[in-house]
Amino acid sequence: MFSIDILLNAVVTGILLGSVYASLALGLGITFGILHIPNIAHPTLVVAGAFFVYTLTQWELDPIVAALIGLVPFYILGVALYLFYSSVFERRGGANVLQSLTLFFGLSLVVEILLVLGFGSELKSVSAPYIGSSLKLGLLTIPYRLLIPALLGPAMIAAVWLYLSRTNSGTAIRAVAHEERALSIAGLNPASVKRHAFGIATATAVVAGAALIMVGPVEPFAGRYQIGRVFAIVVLAGMGSIPGSLVIAIAIGIAEALVASYLNPSWSPGVAFAVLLLGLASRPQGLFGAAR
Amino acid sequence: MSRNSALFLIGVAVVVALGFLMPWVLKNPFYFFAGYVVLQYVTIATGWNILGGYAGYINFGAAGFFGAGVYLSAFLFTTFGLPLPLCILAAAVFGAILGVLMGYLTLRIQGVYFAIATLGLVVVLETIVHNISALGGASGMAVYGPRPPSWSPGPSQYNFTVMLVIAAVSVALARFVEISWIGRGLRAVRASEDAAECSGVPTLRLKLLACALSGAVLAAAGAPYPFYTSFVEPVTAFSLIIGLNAIAMPLIGGTKSWAGPVLGALLLASVQQIATVTISSELNILFVGLVLIAFVAFAPGGIADLFGRRQGRARS
Repeated sequence: MFSIDILLNAVVTGILLGSVYASLALGLGITFGILHIPNIAHPTLVVAGAFFVYTLTQWELDPIVAALIGLVPFYILGVALYLFYSSVFERRGGANVLQSLTLFFGLSLVVEILLVLGFGSELKSVSAPYIGSSLKLGLLTIPYRLLIPALLGPAMIAAVWLYLSRTNSGTAIRAVAHEERALSIAGLNPASVKRHAFGIATATAVVAGAALIMVGPVEPFAGRYQIGRVFAIVVLAGMGSIPGSLVIAIAIGIAEALVASYLNPSWSPGVAFAVLLLGLASRPQGLFGAAR
Repeated sequence: MSRNSALFLIGVAVVVALGFLMPWVLKNPFYFFAGYVVLQYVTIATGWNILGGYAGYINFGAAGFFGAGVYLSAFLFTTFGLPLPLCILAAAVFGAILGVLMGYLTLRIQGVYFAIATLGLVVVLETIVHNISALGGASGMAVYGPRPPSWSPGPSQYNFTVMLVIAAVSVALARFVEISWIGRGLRAVRASEDAAECSGVPTLRLKLLACALSGAVLAAAGAPYPFYTSFVEPVTAFSLIIGLNAIAMPLIGGTKSWAGPVLGALLLASVQQIATVTISSELNILFVGLVLIAFVAFAPGGIADLFGRRQGRARS
């Protein structure tokens, strides 16, 4: 029953899937982890990104190139979303949790239905020269449609992390979460820093969307199945810890792949939430985060 | 009993009596088929509001309790042939137990974290049901409901009156919670949990009670559902639209008093029933989403608050 190649393949598939999950969770890591805005619409924005990539690939464009083109419109979309969010809540003096969660919940429904109306509710997939073949390494078989997105995720996370930790405007984003008043005393406008951060978070959605649609076909409601995973990753990594989110995402990916190959694939949707519930109950500040 | 409570109980009794007499006036069973859904949402919104509105703990997992009620009552009825009232009672007890378990989560997690954890509850329950073959798994199971008693003209009318009784009991329960010491304590928890704890409010006991009552009402709302549809499967029993409506309806009606969720559910569920029949179910969800955004953005207190403000202005 037990054989080393099943275990090895499950672990490697888990690592690759986890890297894709990490790219899905990156945008939420910025909006929720750093800015403390509970943007539950983020997985739906990722799906919207996937459909954007799908539309461009209809004109023979490579999905990765399509994602890079999508960065600009999605950045602008994110800025617009933040402007709407802040105009609704800032004049009331801060958002309460119920209202901001409900706002993003409503937003994700609207985006899903617009996708259904625009593209129909069938599954959509993309094609590229490297999709369909696999890399064979001894006992391992790695399909390229999983390997390429899995490399895309950590590359994007590294880029965002370097930006946040090495540049001045990245430092401002991390600072705005800690102390808004100090930032305005230092001569920066907190509202414009947050707007910029929200724009970047939404721009990551189109790259994550490209990764998602390369791994497998996507339908308009696919975001719902990701909400649990992305929140589990952001919360368990510790709010705002972006390198930590990569580690947690890979751990969840491995857990899901092991459950799928040794138990039953139908159990794996529950894995992320079970991990999240256990994690929240035992260590609410996350594994890599400071106490909140 | 105060004069207001007497008036309230007389009002509820009149509404229930009218509901029982209705089948002799309206002959078309479709009205009762559609009315059942409206009453089901009155119950769901009322149940959600006991925890979400009074105590301020947002439960995204209403569909988890509802689905648990659906499956428990379907299972008890098909395997043991339990009568319908006992199925409903068993579902309510099971919902209360689930609620207490959820209540212990609030010890460690609050705010957004609690809301996300409750979302997890739905996925975990749905995954479990998917993998239990006795419950039909992913393909679902057929349930042949009890024959309607002789005083009821047909199954649609009978289900409607059953749901009406559940809704009436739930609203009365919510009103009792609101005006009693429980409601006062929960409002203190919502305003500031730390301050409430420091002034001697038994916050944990109150939260557990609110979670149990809310869970019981939500699960009871699901108990007659297998007999209404004659078929249960995990995707509709744990449907996202239930969780969405459970939040949207109290928010649109107003979360501070029992009348808010009732008002919101009557309005939104009726519009949805009309929209599903006349337009399409996709546009129905789009409509709910847009209404939800509009209310959060422009009328955060809900319809009850809009009226209240107008009355307040007229009085002053």
